[in-house]
Amino acid sequence: MNTLPLFILIPVGAAFALSTFDVLKNDKKRILVANITAALACLSLTVLAIAHLGKTGVFEMGGRSIPIGIALVLDGFSAPVLAVTGLVSLICAVFSFSYMDMYSGREKFFSLFLLMVAGMNGIVLTSDIFNLYVFMELAAVSSFALVAYGTMKEELEAAFKYLVLSGVATTFILTGIALTYGHTRNLSMVFIYNALSSGSAGPGIYLAAGFLIVGFGIKAALIPFHAWLPDAHPAAPAPVSAMLSGVLIKTAGIYAMVRILFMLFAADLAVASMLLRTLGTVSLMVGVLLALGQWDFKRLLAYHSVSQMGYIALAFGVATPLGIVAGLFHLLNHSVFKSLLFLNSGALFYRTSTRDLRDMGGLNAVMPVTGYTSMVASLSIAGMPPFNGFWSKLLIIIAAIQGGYLWLALWAVLGSVLTLASFAKVQRYAFLGELKEGLKKIKEVPLPMTLSMVFLAVLCAVMGILLIPGIRAVVLDGAADVLLNPAAYIRIATGGIL
Amino acid sequence: MNNMPLAYGLAMILFAVGLYGVVCKKNAVKIIISLLIMTNAVNLFILLIGYRSGGIAPIMDKGQEASEFASMAVDPLAQAIVITSIVIGLSIVALMIAIAIRLYDRYKTFDTSKMKDLKG
Repeated sequence: MNTLPLFILIPVGAAFALSTFDVLKNDKKRILVANITAALACLSLTVLAIAHLGKTGVFEMGGRSIPIGIALVLDGFSAPVLAVTGLVSLICAVFSFSYMDMYSGREKFFSLFLLMVAGMNGIVLTSDIFNLYVFMELAAVSSFALVAYGTMKEELEAAFKYLVLSGVATTFILTGIALTYGHTRNLSMVFIYNALSSGSAGPGIYLAAGFLIVGFGIKAALIPFHAWLPDAHPAAPAPVSAMLSGVLIKTAGIYAMVRILFMLFAADLAVASMLLRTLGTVSLMVGVLLALGQWDFKRLLAYHSVSQMGYIALAFGVATPLGIVAGLFHLLNHSVFKSLLFLNSGALFYRTSTRDLRDMGGLNAVMPVTGYTSMVASLSIAGMPPFNGFWSKLLIIIAAIQGGYLWLALWAVLGSVLTLASFAKVQRYAFLGELKEGLKKIKEVPLPMTLSMVFLAVLCAVMGILLIPGIRAVVLDGAADVLLNPAAYIRIATGGIL
Repeated sequence: MNNMPLAYGLAMILFAVGLYGVVCKKNAVKIIISLLIMTNAVNLFILLIGYRSGGIAPIMDKGQEASEFASMAVDPLAQAIVITSIVIGLSIVALMIAIAIRLYDRYKTFDTSKMKDLKG
């Protein structure tokens, strides 16, 4: 049996089932059932995705073959992203068990949460560019509602800003898709590859690429399109911030951008890779400089998301096999440590009710689990060995030097040093030093929250093993093959026929 | 007479008008309307890409040859895309209006420059 549609059917089915749960009048029972349903759905997605690592496959929706029908395609680039989406959503769901006690309407929260997961899985799997737009909107609409979930002034304002900018982004993306369609008369990636992989790109393709870069640039929050992210991500409830920063800006932003740009410029990657490198380097420097001055913990993390997305774009922009592996590896690592940091900030907010670093201090004494896991995550994001961030940043720098971009490698190193400085500030103000008077009575957060943070911290420590040759060949290397070699993608997406 | 370039130009102008409104207007309702104009400009643009001068509606009659139909009808795929896009646009506008109403409840104004809890 073909298991690919399950990646979309499970979360959508669970989301609709959840929305009927408000017939349960007993609050406790309803929350318990909602928790269990969401966790089971995410767990099954994770298991399924990990079982699919290193495999390829294709599922033709409605039993019609392309270009009449739409195909879901699993390849070396989508499988690892699918796995990390499942994993992060599972952990965020477990974290929500306790954290979402602050809010009401648990089943509605999880319903939106799972719809967002379904949209992201769809973006990753689809091989049709218009279908990609539809899934992107599915993920986006549920994320708007999740950002506004608290319905206080700040949440609503952030959600409105996010909605407007995201709405502009999707109109740009749709225009880009329409131009691509007008040029190639097809929406299926296989046929677009066929039409474009020989000969140079015409002006129509350049115009389409321009619209698509602006659109996906807003979605991925690359500088200069980043204005919404530092508002939207901090305003959302912590597990949602972790999902948005951890996986949504990657699947809907950088993943889709890389996939489509490498497709449009399949014949000659020079222009596309130059653009990605430039956007990436600017984002990684400006993002980290903006982050340095922040005192709001979540806002600081949001600016670091911009900066780390810059690293990923830079790595993909190097456009060598090693560069793509490095970009994908950093994407996976960033999902893990950035969601851990957002969960840490959620844990702090849960106990101290503040996000301002100046109001904290010495929290290691009363919240050791949160303190030490955030230490692990800070060291990871700053690129300290032996944590995962070190290996992927090292790989990015090696790839940049091998590709002949010495200056970019230098910027990447400098950005990493500044990241370390900014997280030294976080550790110094929030966790180390004297415990403040008003904070003495607080306790460690409940078990589901500590459990999910510890799990992510362990992942941070061990994800370096993905670079061991045998594991790397299964998990990471397939991406370089499908992105740089159109024939490989076409072979996978048509199941060897054609 | 072929008016296609004119029509493309108008769609682009409509897009630019919408973008101007989204970027420059301060009133939340006007921003929503501008976004709607942008979406509709894109929808128009997609229809134009699928259009051919003097084409017929893409509904196949009984007894019509497939090849003859394909040479006369406009592109049905573009129209299918537009329908999907309109439905998605509707859901986004509904959500935007809902949030704008909640914002009005909190701030008692639609002026986004007066909503200053978040900085830059």
